[in-house]
Amino acid sequence: MRTLCAAAIAIVVAGYVGLAQVNNEVPEGVELTGNWVSRNGTEFNTNLHRAYDFLGMPLNDAAKAWALSHSEEQASEPERQCAFYTSTYFPFGFAPLPMWKETELRTGSTVAWVVGGWLDVVPMVIWMDGRPHPSTYAPHSSAGFTTGAWENDVLTTYTTHMIANLLHRRGPHSDLATMTLRFSRHADILSLTGRIEDPVYLAEPLYVSREWQLSSVPVNRAAVPCTVAYEGVREGVVPHYLPGQNPFVEETTRLWGIPLEAVQGGAETMYPEYRKKIKDKYVRPEKCVANASELAAGGCGGPGRLAPVIN
Amino acid sequence: MKLVTGAVGLAVILLLAPHRSYGQGGRGAVPGNQALPTGKPGAPFDPTGYWVSLITNNWRFRMVPPAKGDYAGIPISMAGKKLADAWDPAQDEATGNQCKHYGAASIMYQPTRLHIAWQDDTTLRVDTDAGTQTRIFQFGKAPATAGKRTWQGNSVAVWEARRANNPEPPARYLKVTTNNMLPGYLRKNGVPYGENAVLTEYYDLFQERDGTTMMFVTAVVQDPVYLEQRYIVISHFRKEPDGSKWDPTPCSARW
Repeated sequence: MRTLCAAAIAIVVAGYVGLAQVNNEVPEGVELTGNWVSRNGTEFNTNLHRAYDFLGMPLNDAAKAWALSHSEEQASEPERQCAFYTSTYFPFGFAPLPMWKETELRTGSTVAWVVGGWLDVVPMVIWMDGRPHPSTYAPHSSAGFTTGAWENDVLTTYTTHMIANLLHRRGPHSDLATMTLRFSRHADILSLTGRIEDPVYLAEPLYVSREWQLSSVPVNRAAVPCTVAYEGVREGVVPHYLPGQNPFVEETTRLWGIPLEAVQGGAETMYPEYRKKIKDKYVRPEKCVANASELAAGGCGGPGRLAPVIN
Repeated sequence: MKLVTGAVGLAVILLLAPHRSYGQGGRGAVPGNQALPTGKPGAPFDPTGYWVSLITNNWRFRMVPPAKGDYAGIPISMAGKKLADAWDPAQDEATGNQCKHYGAASIMYQPTRLHIAWQDDTTLRVDTDAGTQTRIFQFGKAPATAGKRTWQGNSVAVWEARRANNPEPPARYLKVTTNNMLPGYLRKNGVPYGENAVLTEYYDLFQERDGTTMMFVTAVVQDPVYLEQRYIVISHFRKEPDGSKWDPTPCSARW
């Protein structure tokens, strides 16, 4: 009888604890599942920034030197065509942001949130099950390794183990870069904010943000399979510019009248007081200038020129 | 047998008892904002102190006045474009309207420092050194629909929950709704917002791994006349240790 009684109590306690674990161990936060489309109020393509435009980016001298030697033709190298952007691309990209969660079928607890990929970005898996980040010398990848937690109903993620790649506007980030993102929902708006740190190429953390709106229209949920084709660059060739030979360095200054010292970025360019330093050097263009292809892609803006929001 | 019966009874009671769940809000949680204190007593975070804006995006629209006719990124309407194409900073200066780009709908997106302080338990005051403006966020009041229009308009504030059933402690952000503004500019080059524009802002505070405190302000401007759809941007502010870099400057129509 005692054995039977103990077994009954054990079953009860185990069941109760089990239920408690299901409900309490992994806070679920707010619902983020859905298709989020970028509102594009923040710079979203080359019409809002140019090559060698590092305005407001806290690049250090090593990053500036790297950026000036970089040629965009590298993306056409057969060896690099399928080297997708890293997860740092999400807060800068203009692609839709489909999000869903993967659950453990028996308990229903969330194992991971997933941010869907795009043409040249692989999906970002945000592990929510408490697993640790890999060791320092573990292999790196485009996606990197991301863990997440709910903080005050905001999904906060932390990404490590990304391969060295391009940062915003073709600046560099190293394989030591880390990224913190926060998915903060306000009704039908998702504010994606974050901070990228890089001991190799950033003098200070780079803070990023982008605004999204919930859409009822399904969007692509996975990166398109990549196949290598000839895009004008032969195998074994690495397009680049030697010091002092980059022909595009002054493009931003020529188009928008912004002094070259500001265009090359650096931590001081992101602070309000930097305006005083360039006030007498800035020449405001008389009118907005854009070529035909730029106009087709949004150019100077104007009625109907912002990417439409699909509800 | 009584023991077994008792144990099974206990099992039924426990299994049917309400589980206080963080994820589901729990039955003991306070639904929405009801019964939660407002104003300073209800503040889920401390927004006071000095803050500096970090201009890491849309730099050429924010740090310098862009070219006339450059509307990229703003869902401007035909009516808005017509006004913006006629932008004349000299006329703004002549008519005393140098502060048209310093109204509530655009001031937080400017390169500026903020000084935020509680004026009293229901009033949060936000000063900017850019343009030397003052915004007043009133808690516990209904939005004003009349009265003299000002650059900063009337702002009603509430600590808003992210979902109907709050977890414990409540997860909330600061929501500020502003109307009754004087017509102004969203961008220095004359992109307009009108007197019927409504600004909705969401303030989030985060603590970084190194202890840095950041505030992100998501601003949503609705204007039925000059915008085709909502205009949404996010400003980044980093908390500063003191006001030693506070640098008040007057409004300028050209810079």
